[in-house]
Amino acid sequence: MQVDFTLLIPEFMLAGLGVLVLVADFAVPWASRGAKNGVLAALTVLGLAVTFVVTLWMQWDTHEILYEHLIYVDRYALLFKALAMAIGAVIVLISMEYVHTRIRHVGEFYTLIVFAVLGASLMAGAAELLTAYIAIELLAFCLYVLVALSRGDSRSSEAAVKYILLGAISSAVMLFGIALIYGAIGETGFRRSELLLEAVFGPTVALGLAMFVAGLGFKLSMAPFHLWAPDVYEGAPTPVTALVSVLSKAAAFALTLRFLAEAGRATLEEWQLALAILAALTMTVGTFTALVQDNIKRLLAYSSVAQVGFVLIGIIALNESGARAALLHIAGYSFTNLAAFAVVIAVEAKTGKERIADYAGLASRSPFLAMVMASAMFSLAGLPIFAGFVTKFLLFTSAVEGGLFWLMVIAVVNSLVSLYYYLRIVREMYVGEPAETGRLRLPIAASIPVWFLFAGTVFVGVYPAPLMDAAGAAVGVLAPFL
Amino acid sequence: MSFAERHVLEWLIYLPMLTAAVLVAIPAAWRTTARWVGIGSGALLMVGSAWVFIAFDYSAGAETFQLIKVYTWLESVGIDFRLGVDGIAAPMILLTGIVALTGSVIAANVDRDAKNYYILLFVLIAGVYGTFASIDLFFLFFFYELAIVPMFLLIAVWGSSSTFADFVRTKEYGALKLVLMIVAASVLVWIAIIAIYVWVDIGTFDILRLRDAVQDGGLSSGAQKTLFPLVMVGFGLLAGLWPFHTWSPDGHVAAPTSVSMLHAGVLMKLGAFGIIRVGMTLLPEGMEAWAVVLFILGTVNVVYGAISAMSQTDLKYVIGYSSVSHMGYVIMGIATLDSIGLTGATLQMFSHGIMTALFFAVVGAIYERAHTRDTLILNGLAAKMGWTTAFFVIAGLTSLGLPGLSGFIAEVLVFIGAFSSEVTLAGTFRAGPLLGALGILGAAITAVYILRLVARVFFGQRDPQWDALPDLTPREILASGALVIPLVLVGVWPAPFLDVIRPGVDAILGGLP
Repeated sequence: MQVDFTLLIPEFMLAGLGVLVLVADFAVPWASRGAKNGVLAALTVLGLAVTFVVTLWMQWDTHEILYEHLIYVDRYALLFKALAMAIGAVIVLISMEYVHTRIRHVGEFYTLIVFAVLGASLMAGAAELLTAYIAIELLAFCLYVLVALSRGDSRSSEAAVKYILLGAISSAVMLFGIALIYGAIGETGFRRSELLLEAVFGPTVALGLAMFVAGLGFKLSMAPFHLWAPDVYEGAPTPVTALVSVLSKAAAFALTLRFLAEAGRATLEEWQLALAILAALTMTVGTFTALVQDNIKRLLAYSSVAQVGFVLIGIIALNESGARAALLHIAGYSFTNLAAFAVVIAVEAKTGKERIADYAGLASRSPFLAMVMASAMFSLAGLPIFAGFVTKFLLFTSAVEGGLFWLMVIAVVNSLVSLYYYLRIVREMYVGEPAETGRLRLPIAASIPVWFLFAGTVFVGVYPAPLMDAAGAAVGVLAPFL
Repeated sequence: MSFAERHVLEWLIYLPMLTAAVLVAIPAAWRTTARWVGIGSGALLMVGSAWVFIAFDYSAGAETFQLIKVYTWLESVGIDFRLGVDGIAAPMILLTGIVALTGSVIAANVDRDAKNYYILLFVLIAGVYGTFASIDLFFLFFFYELAIVPMFLLIAVWGSSSTFADFVRTKEYGALKLVLMIVAASVLVWIAIIAIYVWVDIGTFDILRLRDAVQDGGLSSGAQKTLFPLVMVGFGLLAGLWPFHTWSPDGHVAAPTSVSMLHAGVLMKLGAFGIIRVGMTLLPEGMEAWAVVLFILGTVNVVYGAISAMSQTDLKYVIGYSSVSHMGYVIMGIATLDSIGLTGATLQMFSHGIMTALFFAVVGAIYERAHTRDTLILNGLAAKMGWTTAFFVIAGLTSLGLPGLSGFIAEVLVFIGAFSSEVTLAGTFRAGPLLGALGILGAAITAVYILRLVARVFFGQRDPQWDALPDLTPREILASGALVIPLVLVGVWPAPFLDVIRPGVDAILGGLP
């Protein structure tokens, strides 16, 4: 078997970078905590940036399946790899101050972020069930540890325990599902399974598929598997919350879409309705529970559950425009949610506060942070000129194209209700009276990535064509749309 | 085509956006700079808008849609950034220019955080221009929503609360009610737009091509009749359609002066415009089937709004309800499905926009000085506030339909349209004459409450506590005076307006079954 190892260079580079950061942590024991934090963060960002460039440069036009259907190296994987690296780098950049003051183990924090990015990259490339499982576990294990890294905060440990326990159960369920599928068809490759699954479709296959998708649903925090999300979001150190809400969602989505499009398509029509109901449930539960939250991280947790409900539309619609729109939504959501988290991280690093009421008067204490947060909220609510408007519009359009008019109606109603709780935050920031005065100043270095995220949110909103082309190219390599 | 012809429409949208972006970069302390940037930009917009109106070619045989500009935006979905104006949009663009300029002049009164105020105001203006100029369904909706977003902050931060005998209507209540209701309605529009795009299934959001496809039977009669109520209520809510008008008085009262001017003056017109552009143009059979319902609701608007205005004791609430009442004429005119009626509706949109902007400018000025809007307390202001009184009286006379001012022409056209309307109830009863008569009754009630108000507040017993109030500043006089010009102009010489509006109206009515 002839294997071109150069195709795996990005993965090797990421693994190498992770080890390098860990070694660098040992290698400079004399450095002060602040200096070490700076050096390690710079190393991580630089490494991710180099890998990002190398990946794009090497794999722009690659379309390969490695190791007899184990891993894809194609446009679709490339898009998500690039997204994962960008997310990793941005999270490191926006959380340096936070890490310095609130994270116990600095070196481990950066290392685990790099390995999480590696896990996400592999999830995007996975071409069969077991590779997918291993990639999921790699990402999940990094997240379990990261969630527990908060200094002297019992909520962090509690969240980690909950996350590990529930995560382990979901992994077991998923593995059981894989076993059932393999037992029924003797095959784990996505593309090779499609017809086999259809041929022997029956209780065993249905149960196997349902268990595998339930496992993915856990990672996506799809209702009714979302119950871990609020506690983990609240307890985890905020940069890790951002990682869970953006990186792990994007990767889980990449895998889910690829799996359902390539392996599940023939059988999917049988259970399209069930998935559509779950999507409707997910967005409704997320939206309505978010209404009553008073902690900003919990609110963003439920809001991300709602967003997952919207993204699922793109998968369930079973058409190319839905898949494209879902990819676009994921990209826009990544910018938007990271922008929101950048503000939450900055505010928490400065004040240690994370209740919505603590955002009262933020507009007078830091007009810039308030503006970014407001635009992120408007984007999540789906208002122009921000990313959320156009991505939701296209998603909902694809639902009707897929014959799911009722799902679109539920989605727009949820989108409307969500406006209320997003406006609550805007209201606090601009109308509320601050409990403390005194300006919150963001160092220039920290404000650059926030500007970048803000600009990205607007850019996707006013000129989505480049990203749409990228999404189209990525979706174009999935089997049904070839 | 000249440079202006090619680019003026898009720049009417870019310029306010650019103004907002420039203002973001200006330090908050540079208030005067922020004001001059805002006023300067408003002036440029006014010039561009006037140019669009004047350049519009209404000669026989000219294209219905002119100044068309297309940029490919999302080719794979069929969304283009596609602009163009017809005879309905051209006067609306002019209206927006006039109100944007006078509004940004009046906005210079804002003391608190002038910079951010102007930023939001110009985002709103960009949204308004975009909605009027878009002939792509996606972008129409894009700009429509864009015009709504800034309202929340503009009202919640810079607005004013009203105290009643036993309760308080806070500005946040007004802001939230307004935004949630309008967005809730826009959800209906959203559903309708997506359904039209998918069901007509020609892979484009281009309104003109969708219109042609629909006229060739691309959308079943049943679908049109199902979707029309969504459009009617969705856009109608913003036009103050009864019984969905309740956000309007509360919102307008809570809003700061220049926002009320823009909102009542221009934004409400977006609703009526949306019914024409989406409902009438793309759902002709739905329009025909639902016309009588719209007609009745519009008439209720006129009468109900006027009666409500009569019983208000807060100056802004009076004007707020009078807006509800006057938008009723617009809705009636649309529902007549008659050439004269629809022309009247369009002219009424223009006339009411200017008139209500003037009203809110004057009332805002009074409130800023007296810190009350209670008509039971305010008395005899004419003695010391000559300019204020003059402008209020002019707006009032336009409102009650005095010949020689624009309101008269517009309302008469609507009434003629109503009387000659072929719209029938249950296929037999011609509802037009009866509803038209009720509309005229509404105009009579308007005369009662306006004249009563003028008599009491301005010419009543002089109250010494108001003697110290200063009259309008030169800047306010200039802005208000600028608003009076079109009112008189349209009143005595409506021909240029009617010439522009006519071809647009005929093209739309020609598409009806």
